[in-house]
Amino acid sequence: MSARRRLLRWFAARAPARAWALLTPTLLFLLVLYFVPVGLMGVYSVLERGTYGGVVWRVTGAAYAQFLDPLYLRILGRSIAMAAASTVISLLIGFPLAWAIARSGRWRRLLLFLVVLPFWTSFLVRTSALLFLLREDGPINAALLALGLIEAPLALLYTPGAVLLGLTYGYLPFAVLPIYASLEKLDPALLEAAEILGARPWARLRRVVVPLAMPGVVAGALLVFIPALGAFLTPDLMGGAKDLMIGNLVHNQFTSARNWPFGSAASTILTGLTLAGVLLYLRQREARDA
Amino acid sequence: MNGTASANEDTRCAVSSARHIHANPLHAVVHHRSLPGRHVHRMTDAPVVEFCGVEKRYAGSAVAAVAEVSFAVQRGEFFSLLGPSGCGKTTMLRLLAGFETPDRGSIRILGEDVTARRPYERPLAMVFQQYALFPHLDVRRNVAFGLEQRRLPAAEIDARVAKALELVRLDPAQFGTRKPAQLSGGQRQRVALARALVLEPPMLLLDEPLGALDLQLRKAMQTELKALNRQLGITFVYVTHDQEEALAMSDRIAVMNGGRLVQLGAPAEIYESPRTAFVAAFIGETNLLDGTVGELRGALREVHDAQYRIWCVPDRPFLREGAGVRVAVRPEWLDLCRPDAVPPGENALHGTVRDVIYLGETLHVVVDVGAAEPMRVALRNEGVLQNPFAWRIGDAAAVAWRPEDAEVLEG
Repeated sequence: MSARRRLLRWFAARAPARAWALLTPTLLFLLVLYFVPVGLMGVYSVLERGTYGGVVWRVTGAAYAQFLDPLYLRILGRSIAMAAASTVISLLIGFPLAWAIARSGRWRRLLLFLVVLPFWTSFLVRTSALLFLLREDGPINAALLALGLIEAPLALLYTPGAVLLGLTYGYLPFAVLPIYASLEKLDPALLEAAEILGARPWARLRRVVVPLAMPGVVAGALLVFIPALGAFLTPDLMGGAKDLMIGNLVHNQFTSARNWPFGSAASTILTGLTLAGVLLYLRQREARDA
Repeated sequence: MNGTASANEDTRCAVSSARHIHANPLHAVVHHRSLPGRHVHRMTDAPVVEFCGVEKRYAGSAVAAVAEVSFAVQRGEFFSLLGPSGCGKTTMLRLLAGFETPDRGSIRILGEDVTARRPYERPLAMVFQQYALFPHLDVRRNVAFGLEQRRLPAAEIDARVAKALELVRLDPAQFGTRKPAQLSGGQRQRVALARALVLEPPMLLLDEPLGALDLQLRKAMQTELKALNRQLGITFVYVTHDQEEALAMSDRIAVMNGGRLVQLGAPAEIYESPRTAFVAAFIGETNLLDGTVGELRGALREVHDAQYRIWCVPDRPFLREGAGVRVAVRPEWLDLCRPDAVPPGENALHGTVRDVIYLGETLHVVVDVGAAEPMRVALRNEGVLQNPFAWRIGDAAAVAWRPEDAEVLEG
């Protein structure tokens, strides 16, 4: 018997060994590139800052105490509000869009392709493109001026609205795809059953479509909310000085401010809040399903 | 009910619509647009369903899914739409439910024209082929769905849901909180039935509801459905491709083929005097012999072919000398005898036994008589193992039948 066959036979008889063998690359990847850095960040957050960046290995809670300053709490609050708003808008646009795509018959593949088309270019390029669109001498202002609707160009850029637009634009496909996946599985007979039981269109949507699409809606919401909460590129490029989000704060601490412990503490708080939110939701859903 | 049902078999649209123009004044005040929680069974003489020249063609299809269909269903009837797949029976049900709109013709329910109405505006309930239970709702909420849409008080909903579950013999305490995924196929079927019956509709549509069940359960459910139909007085419109099921349950059967209604009648009528070769062959098994009409001798008419000469009862107008016809005889109405023992007065075709098929209850003997198709004779099984005279392949035999047992169909 060849060595290869002997190996295959050994694995064939041992299901757990097979599972571990398949999981190992992913686990190694996660360990080295996720758990170690996140752990390191947690450790850095309770150390003292070094004068020129880096850390001094003395344990302290100073970074967390610093975060309690209203200035930083406001940034956190603004970030959460901004992420929540872009999530809500993404769902409001994404759900009808996903529904339309799921029911579009032979256009389905083309429409799905169009949804993921923006991913063919880098996020930075797309955000810069939006920048051009919103500039004072950009096409939107030019069009409004030409139509005589405004007399002076509007300051569209460097406003919270611009940041919200950028975030929503950037993450909308993440909302559409999971919602589409769950709507596509929806058996049309269920809608007919609801209809013949007396449910008008709105009632069918509320009582049948939305509950059955809920897993997709939740997945979509998380996929928009989490990256939007930590976003730093969009607020950096499209926001004004007052539109700083927590991602920018972290970024600044590691670069210009050279305060690694404080940047780490802000990151840890962000990660902890996100994790707590997701766990809370999952527990609640388990309780409801039981 | 059977009597009136068959008497009304040929409802002419002109007649029935004329009647409704002058129909009793109750029609004017009956509104289904807002469905009442409990249907008051009005005392109208209108049939529960009337199809008048209904035609439906799907986009991109050259042939009509349903063509020129007219019929009426009477109150309390168990009415089956029977046919092979693609015959238009499901389209008919969908037209009746309101999921499809006819291109031509009109549909009336309880005397009111509902052609343009949405499904939720029609006074009916439906049991779907794969049940279409809401997977996210438990049994109780599934059954309550229709009542909740009608905004009935919670106490009344609870009471009616419990009653409906008991009606289909599901214990509300045991099954009420289960999700559809936690039920067996038969239990899901019962929930689907309860969900429809809880609305106390004047009419229930059933789209091949027993197709997914195994044979034992299917037989049991057939009996139960029929009992519910009798007990509740609800009109059942039942779609099936299973002729045995249709025969066993229906008051009347509408046989469909190629989008057309080919025959409408009581089960015995459909089985014993099929009007076309399609009906004869689709409902049960049949032997078909092609031939030409010959002379009239006494009370019998001759039909012949190069191979044979048989006698038939001349009860059809198209039996003119020289006309091409098909003679249909059911296997169980045929006798099989030794070539020299044909009973006098019976038609007989001589041949050789080609196959003997043991089916338990019956024994099918296939006899080659020189016609295009061998003839199939169904014999009551009287014990092949003990019977020394049982038929064997290669035996010479005569297939015999009385002239009145054959049905002559247009060729």
